[in-house]
Parts: sequence; C-alpha cells; structure tokens
Amino acid sequence: MSVNLQSAPATVRDSAPARREGPRKARGLPRVGALFVSPYVLFLVVVFAVPLVYTVWISFHRFYFTAPGTDVDSPWVGLSNYKDVFTDPVVGRAFLNIVIFLVINVPLTVGVSLVLATALNAKIRGRAFFRAAFYLPYVTASVALVAVWQFLFGSDGFVNHLLGSHAPDPSWLVNSHLAMPMIAVFVTWKQLGFFVMLYLASLQNVGKELYEASAMDGAGRVRQFFSVTVPGVRPATTLVVIYAIITGANLFSEPYLLTGGGGPDHASTSPVLLMYQKGIEQGHPDFAAALGVVLVAFVMVVSLAARKLTERDN
Amino acid sequence: MSDTLETRHHGGSAVRYILLSLGAVAFLFPFYYMVVGSLRGTTVGDLSAAVPSGLTGANYTAVNGAISLGRSLLNSGIMTIGVLVCTLVFGVLAGYALAQLRFRGKGAVFAALLLVQMIPFQLLTLPLYVLVVRDYGLGDNYLGMILPFAINSTAVFLFRQFFSQLPQSLFEAARIDGASELRILWQIALPMARPAVLTALLLTFIGPWNEFLWPFLVTKNADMQPLAVSLASFLSNLQGTVANPAGALLAGACVLAVPAVALFLLFQRHFTSTDIDSGVKG
Repeated sequence: MSVNLQSAPATVRDSAPARREGPRKARGLPRVGALFVSPYVLFLVVVFAVPLVYTVWISFHRFYFTAPGTDVDSPWVGLSNYKDVFTDPVVGRAFLNIVIFLVINVPLTVGVSLVLATALNAKIRGRAFFRAAFYLPYVTASVALVAVWQFLFGSDGFVNHLLGSHAPDPSWLVNSHLAMPMIAVFVTWKQLGFFVMLYLASLQNVGKELYEASAMDGAGRVRQFFSVTVPGVRPATTLVVIYAIITGANLFSEPYLLTGGGGPDHASTSPVLLMYQKGIEQGHPDFAAALGVVLVAFVMVVSLAARKLTERDN
Repeated sequence: MSDTLETRHHGGSAVRYILLSLGAVAFLFPFYYMVVGSLRGTTVGDLSAAVPSGLTGANYTAVNGAISLGRSLLNSGIMTIGVLVCTLVFGVLAGYALAQLRFRGKGAVFAALLLVQMIPFQLLTLPLYVLVVRDYGLGDNYLGMILPFAINSTAVFLFRQFFSQLPQSLFEAARIDGASELRILWQIALPMARPAVLTALLLTFIGPWNEFLWPFLVTKNADMQPLAVSLASFLSNLQGTVANPAGALLAGACVLAVPAVALFLLFQRHFTSTDIDSGVKG
C-alpha cells in the first residue's frame, strides 16, 4: 500500500525484527478479539451467508412473493426451476452477452491502460492532471455517466452529427449488433482509470536492470514494451481478467438505463437484469434464484479457468 | 509511491504527451459536455451543443421541480454517512482484531473477508430483497438501504493491513501499563492510521453514493429515493415533464457527480489504486 509506505511513522520500518517474533505476535485476551470482530462476522452472516443459502433453497421450491405476515406454502419442485432457466432462450442470450463483454473489455482494458500507464510512467509535467483525468469516470456514478452517453450516442446525438452519413443505422444504442458492444465500451471507459493506476503501480516492480539489459542487446522502445513491460506486469493483467468476469456477471445499471432494459429485443440483456425482470417485475423469484445459482457457478468456473490459464503461461 | 518514481526513459516525450492528451480528451470530454449541456437553454444533439453559449440555470430549477434534488441528496447523504459510520466503527474494530489480537476462528474470518470481495454482490440481490423487504419489512427504510453495504470489506482489509504494520513493541508496552485493548486502539493505533482511514473512507464513499440497483429495489416511495435512483427514474420516464429534458437530465447528472468528484480531487493524493489492488489480491 503506497499510502503506508509514504506516511507511516519511521518506527514501522525500524521494527522489522520485532515482527519476526513468531507465536508471540498476536497478544491480548482471546475474548476481546472475538468481541471486536463479532459485528463484522454478524454482518457477513446476514448479508452473505444467509442470502446464499436462502437463494439455493428458493431455487428448489415454487416460491411466491407474499405480503409480510402471510403464510403461503412453498412446495419442493426439484430441478424444475433449473429446467426453466436452461430452456429460456433469453438466458442463453444473457450469458452470451457476458462473453461478448469479456471479448471486448479484456483486450481493450489491457491494451489501452498499459499504453497510458507506460506513457505516464515518467517525471513529466501535468502528471497529476492526467492521473486525475483518467480516474474521474471511475469515481462518478454510472447513472450520471449513462445520461451523458445517451446524448453522445443517441440517434440525434453528438457522435452521429460528427459522423454525418457514416453514422450507424439504427443508431448505436438501439442497434441489436451494437448495443452490447456499446455497453462493453462504456464500462471499459468508466473503469479504465483504475487499471491505468494499477498498471502504473505494477510498472514500479519491473526491474530497471531488465530495461538496461535489453537496451544493451539493442532492443528499441517498442521491443522493450513487448518483451520486458508486458511480461513484467502479468499479475496486474490477471487481475484485469478476474475483474472483467465479475463485472460482466454483475451488469445491471448499464443495460437497464443505457439500452433501455437490455434492448433492442434482449440483445443487450444481462443475467442480473433478467433476475430483476423475471424475479421482481414478473413475480417469479424461484426462476431468478435458480438463475442466480447458475450465475455463481458460471463465475466460479470461468474465474478458475482464467486463473489456471494465466498460471500455466508462467 | 508514484510521485517519487524516477524517470525511466529520458526525452522522446512528444509521443508520450500525444498519447496522454488523447486519453485525457476521451476521459474528460463527456464531463465537459455534461456541464455545458446542463447550462444551455436548449440542449440538442448537434455539434453546437458543445459550445458554451446562452447559459442559464433553468435546467437545475427544472430538474429540482421534477425530482426534488434536496430531498434526494439528503437521502443519498444519509445512506452514505450510515455506511461510512458503520465501516469506521465496526470495520476498524474488526481490522484491529484481525491484525493484533488472538482469538478462535481468526483464520476463518480472514478467509471470509477475502472471499466476499470475490462474490459479486448483485448475485445476492434477489434473496436479500426477499429478506429485507418482505421478511424484515425494511422497504423504504434507511436501515434497509444501508444494510448490504454497512461494513465495507475492502476497508476492513485496508485497516487490517495497516494495523499489522505497526510495531508490536508499541502495543506490548501499553498492555504492560494495563491499558485496555479499546484504549490502545483508540489512543495509539487509530491516530497513526489516519492515511489508511482516509483511503478507506474515500473508497467506501463512492460505493453507496453511486449505487443504483439496491436502493432502486428497496425504495418505492419517491421521498426515500437517493439521487442516483430518482435521477434514473427521471431518465426513464419523467423527461416529458420539463421543457428542456436533455438539459435537465444533465443538470441532475452534474449534481450527482459533483460530491464524489470533489472529494476525489481533494484527496486524490491519498487515493491510489495500489490500495484497492492490495484489497483485492489479498
């Protein structure tokens, strides 16, 4: 953590030997520790553990929304909800859209943020300005940015006026081939600053001697970028992939607002949007719960596969 | 860290500046367009919309009439402050216990802390909605809005990392003097942790302030909706109620964006992705 390295008191670093005392490290009465951590544990149970178990339970039952206090039977229905999920064509489209998102987001994020981070990695004028500029969309609410993008990319919007007769028809956000890629580009743009900073931090760990050695071997800037920089920041790249999977599985505000509810005709729908539409709007929480369980499994499998893949490359 | 970095490549900075400037334009233009559009009397899509002329505050008045900005901002503020207070109080306690104290199940709690940062919260939205709104009756209630975000796990992780780096000798001396753990935390550990606290609070702030899905689900009453939710409902179905809908929407977007952007610019020196990075990587 850079903050700590910068501003922690000098004693922190002086005390390195004291930290190697081993079993004596953690002190204090056992009860105090458990007491201090108990609100957080309670929070994890209420907000993560219980809903996780509950969603699995709902997914195996016929479940109805009821007013508080009323008791309605929720009969066991086995895999029936899962069968509905797997035979719904819109669900298939939603998962395909995660793949489209990954295919656009990952290369774009890695490519652009690595180039910008490399450009930023020097003592240059206006460094703080560029850093802040890149970070701005990351700290701003999706809802605010979606509002701007709607105007920029609307049928009668700024971008289409700029393109004149080259503007796509139907326009970006209402075109079934472009709606999902637009969502991917929007999210990539919004999060890019975070990854520029991530790569910038990661670049500090690439040994200077590697650049010197490759320069002596006659490698130019471009060659250095591909043979020293790119492999040197691999841990950050792994993180990009994992983030992309989580973000892709989580999309809601963008298809709901930017493309007007996953339109046109479900072309930009997402699993979470479907969970909302089926579960809450149409009153089939059991279907939505089963979809949620499938989505968790999907995220875990894809994340594991991504991790295996990047580890094997090493 | 980045401010003290040494120059790796000398000269040849024209390419560097061209790339960085292109990037800056791509990131900043939508913000410029948002501000200019929010101030123009008529906001249409053509290229002239990017030119600041005929400026007026009428759009802000219009959007305020449609969704009552003050009330929405208050709701956003209450939700965000609730999350910040819970994270600060319970998160610091948990971070300190995980870093400096010994108790049963410590390893399991730490493992859970890392795991929940990998679980997308949205996946638990449906069962949480059933529990919070139907079973606990917390719909249209600040507690219900705050609950899923109450303690930010990344912040707990940052506190834990910071407190682990403080020297043991400091705490042992205080314990020999008979100070209670709460007093050690309050008088010794916390004053040193200001940079970590600042980073964690900034990080925590943008979560609930910008959040859309959860408050959208639990608030049906317009008087309870935070600004992100009321602005979204303006975006999807209230635009017909004002004379210059595009301008009014962009005005609302500016009001929603300003607090987070201002806080970030004020504290950006402290806000680097390495902190978030260490929070995610574990």
